[in-house]
Amino acid sequence: MLTALYIMLGLALLLGIVLGISALAFKVEGDPLVARIDAILPQTQCGQCGYPGCKPYATAIAAGEADINQCPPGGDAGAHALADLMGVEYKPLNAEHGTPKPKSVAFIDEATCIGCTLCLQACPVDAILGAAKHMHTIIATECTGCELCLAPCPVDCITMVPVAENPDNWKWKYPVINIKSVPFDSNNPTSHLNSSPA
Amino acid sequence: MNAIINFANNLIRSISTNKDVFQFHGGVHPHDHKAESTLLPIAKLAIPEQLILPLRQHVGYIPKIKVQVGDHVLKGQMLAEPEGAMSAAIHAPTSGTISAISEQIIPHPSGLPDLCITLSPDGKDTWGQLAPMDWRTADKKALVACLRMSGIVGLGGATFPTHIKLTTNGKSNVHTLVINAAECEPYITCDDMLMRERADEIVKGIAIVQHLLGANHCIIGVEDNKPEAANAMADACKAFAIPAANDSVKPEMSVKVVPTLYPSGDARHLIHLLLGIEVPHDKRTTDVGLQVFNVATVLAIYRYFEFGEPAISRIVSMTGNVEKPQNFEVLFGTPLKTLIDAAGGAKPDTTHFVMGGPMMGFDLPNTDVPITKAANCIIAAAPHLFPAPPPAMPCIRCTRCAEACPVNLQPQELYWFSKSDNFEKARDYNLFDCIECGCCSYVCPSDIPLVQYYRYAKSEIIAADKAKDAADLARERNEFRLARIEREKLERAQKHAERAQATKTETKKDAVQPASEPLTNPEVATTVNDAAASDKQAAIAAAIARAKAQKLAATGDATEATSEKTVATTLEAKSASTENKQAEVKSDKQALIAAAIERAKAQKLAAAQAGIAPKNVENVSASVQAEINKTDEIREKAQQLAVEKTEDTPTK
Amino acid sequence: MNRSPYITDAPTVSVIMFKVLLALVPAIMAYVWIFGGGILVTLTLATITALLAEAALLKIRQRPIQPYLMDMSAVVTAWLLALALPPLAPWWLVVVGTFFAIVIAKQLYGGLGYNPFNPAMVGYAVLLISFPLIMTKWPAPLSLAKAPLGFMDQLHFIFTSVLPENIKVDAITSATPLDYLKTQLMLKHDVASITQAPIFGTFGAKGGEVITGAYLLGGLYLLQQRIISWHLPTAFLAALTLISLGFYTFNPAHFANPLFHLMSGASMLAAFFIITDPISGPTTPRGKLYFAAGVAITTYLIRVYGGYPDGVAFAVLLMNMCVPLIDACTQPRVFGHKES
Repeated sequence: MLTALYIMLGLALLLGIVLGISALAFKVEGDPLVARIDAILPQTQCGQCGYPGCKPYATAIAAGEADINQCPPGGDAGAHALADLMGVEYKPLNAEHGTPKPKSVAFIDEATCIGCTLCLQACPVDAILGAAKHMHTIIATECTGCELCLAPCPVDCITMVPVAENPDNWKWKYPVINIKSVPFDSNNPTSHLNSSPA
Repeated sequence: MNAIINFANNLIRSISTNKDVFQFHGGVHPHDHKAESTLLPIAKLAIPEQLILPLRQHVGYIPKIKVQVGDHVLKGQMLAEPEGAMSAAIHAPTSGTISAISEQIIPHPSGLPDLCITLSPDGKDTWGQLAPMDWRTADKKALVACLRMSGIVGLGGATFPTHIKLTTNGKSNVHTLVINAAECEPYITCDDMLMRERADEIVKGIAIVQHLLGANHCIIGVEDNKPEAANAMADACKAFAIPAANDSVKPEMSVKVVPTLYPSGDARHLIHLLLGIEVPHDKRTTDVGLQVFNVATVLAIYRYFEFGEPAISRIVSMTGNVEKPQNFEVLFGTPLKTLIDAAGGAKPDTTHFVMGGPMMGFDLPNTDVPITKAANCIIAAAPHLFPAPPPAMPCIRCTRCAEACPVNLQPQELYWFSKSDNFEKARDYNLFDCIECGCCSYVCPSDIPLVQYYRYAKSEIIAADKAKDAADLARERNEFRLARIEREKLERAQKHAERAQATKTETKKDAVQPASEPLTNPEVATTVNDAAASDKQAAIAAAIARAKAQKLAATGDATEATSEKTVATTLEAKSASTENKQAEVKSDKQALIAAAIERAKAQKLAAAQAGIAPKNVENVSASVQAEINKTDEIREKAQQLAVEKTEDTPTK
Repeated sequence: MNRSPYITDAPTVSVIMFKVLLALVPAIMAYVWIFGGGILVTLTLATITALLAEAALLKIRQRPIQPYLMDMSAVVTAWLLALALPPLAPWWLVVVGTFFAIVIAKQLYGGLGYNPFNPAMVGYAVLLISFPLIMTKWPAPLSLAKAPLGFMDQLHFIFTSVLPENIKVDAITSATPLDYLKTQLMLKHDVASITQAPIFGTFGAKGGEVITGAYLLGGLYLLQQRIISWHLPTAFLAALTLISLGFYTFNPAHFANPLFHLMSGASMLAAFFIITDPISGPTTPRGKLYFAAGVAITTYLIRVYGGYPDGVAFAVLLMNMCVPLIDACTQPRVFGHKES
């Protein structure tokens, strides 16, 4: 009887020590959930979700305060990815927070720009160059297309220009097979390109 | 287990193949269709009425345009100069006038338009100043630097700027130069004909490249379906008697005939065939002491150093469903239809035209597209040559594709992953080692367009990677910005406290100094402004009025100096606007702004002296610089627009 | 648009399947010679059932019927199953087996290219489990039968299960050599004496070895045509030889010699026609070797220690389950990569 008790006690102690050590050895640093949500978000920093940036929104999702369908730039794919990560049911994007738009970058009409620097303060990623009374320029590669600079501009010199498809950013399409080939028409040489795919 | 497989495979292969070469896995034997276009010698194509020169004719950055519409240029004059290392120049293929700089459809799988320079030849074909160089005596670095301006790119189709491949950074460890004359794709015969007719010049070019690389050995790899070319090259190698450059050992070159097997012309596969060396997938050929050049590229290098001729033309095979298939020496920018007409025109049942070979080529969008540096072959397609593929059937995992894959991938798995957008898996299965040679599709019994799926998956992965990089950059910049704002808030609070302290203890002293600390960062200039937003309202109102006035005053003389002018105007108007401001904060803020403007001016001046258009930035990367150049053009356009719109300026 | 390569040189799926059928013809001829024309009835029944079931399921699944029926894959499944069944199996057995193979094992998984298990073997296994008595009752070769049946009698028997008067079922059936060997070994007889029985031929079963030889012939044709790769049959036959040789050397009185195992049962059918089904098999060269060896070893173990006389069907299905694992573990070295 006593032996059994000792054995149990010994086991309990041993397992306790093992667990304790492994808890220290395999400790998870920080809150990886926020970082993982943040990694899915597009980092537009546009605030359409109602939070002042992607990180705050990620924190709110992690805390269960915000829904997963408030990020229009992330699009449907983003909502799906968030639903997967959070283990919740997918929801279509909430129209209250806006609708997805094609990727655009801001463009400053420099003839109109008065160099007021208001847009510089609004830009969440410092993608506008310029100083007071100097006209400003958007660094297009760093602009996230958040549109936050539009509202503050006193002369409405900023417009959003959709990123056009060019040979540089062009992507191969998902293969579709033409059911019939259209004969070459020398008057309209591109006609066979527009033939409807199967 | 692998030993068994290798043994069995080698057994099967050794029965039928040449033992002199090192076979690679897979490969296919399509009908070569090379005889058609080798009946006639290379012909020189006449100068067409118009030449369209796309800026994007090579891998890398777009070159910077050096001419304006209306300029008269001479043959061989540089029209666009390379920007950054990875770029190539564009030269005028003949003398004439620049008639347009505009977006035109380029020969690219996308069929999209891109920026092109249009040249209207004057018919005189007058050469500009040519500067041949004695490559034996000149400094190698200088030679390579010169080559950067030659516009020569890899003419095998990869269009990689040649000078980069010859940049050895002091000591070169390249011991063997491999000349790629395999030309393994069906139909294409431009290299074949070039070797038959100009073998001696090619060999001289090889000597130059060997000298530049310090490579003592050279192997010329030719497929055994081109015996004339191989013999011509072998004879030329024997006859080559130019004394070697003073510093280098007498170079050796030899021709090695490899069995015809597509894709033996892939650089890494040719190296394996000739030398038995497998270049590691994550390394360059130079890392194993090898460099590969196409025959046409070598010839272009020779002509550049010997005669000073930049890259203005190439040999193009015009073949397929045309009346007289033939190879032509074509000026870059020649519209495709000129070439088609030269080959006797397309037969009536021609459906479209393909650039490149039948294994890796792509459809051309129309017959107006220009011949570019990448255009080694144009094939007139007809149903009897390229029959429409039957509808794709499901994959039956027969692994014919895997047997044909020269990279030893598992195409059926890659297809599965690409089809279902399982891109991570596709990457794990080495999708990016795929050379898109088309062997898998060629042997697929289900007629699945496998390569299309891989191209799709690759471009999706590349786009996703780019988007991720952009998001990471945005996150980083956003975090930096938040940290900066926080820091400034703290600093302000601290300053405020100090000032309050100072006022309390030393009431007599002025409270101006603290803010006049030196500005170290242009960003700080922006932060100064959040200090007192309220009094800015007035300034802004004034500025708006000014902007309107400017717009009204703006006339047709929209030049690059506009920005300069704006600065001047703002400086003049400054004294007036200051009066509107209230007393307190102003004095130090004015000083700051003035300082910032002075600094910006100084920068601009410095930039102007350096020959760069005025910009608000310095030390930008080449891509950003390109971006800014583009913006410059847009700006000019916008200014013209603004002028046109002057009447209906919105009242705000 | 942009569909390079523009040229292809590949037999279509239909041609491949047709060549497989062609390769089966010698074996069918041997069948007719050994067992009589009844096999032709079974083949026809299976073919019709397979095509009808395939068409019906394609219709239900709203897929184009014509191109998928023309690929002949259903016919191949039907023939393989029919050749695996006892030659005088009743008509409903053939129909049920084929129906199961096509509907459950193939179409419900997504049709051609998507079935993880070999459809013919699924059909066979289902029948073997459900109707073990009929499935193990093989007719004796005509030369051995006490009362050989004519073609019309066989036709009649297949559809009605009624034999001509004055002929008993025992008169036309006999145990298969594998079955006989197993039962006799349990009775503590030794192999040498067992194989003296008339149902044993020179190498394997009397008559059966001719059919096996015909399979080998067809298989060599497929190899020559590059329809199947050498890996699978070679590894299968090698593994079967090695394992049976091992056991035989260990105790020749209790274990049959390798040649007997190679030439009896479904060994050759499996080596060249069953395990070479590309869809349910592995795709890597190394994986093919492992897979085929696995099938051979499992087959042998079932033959010697299992409850069924032959184990090809179960061995194939078991190894089918391992295919994704085998494929994942045997990825070949990619050009320019180091051996992983």
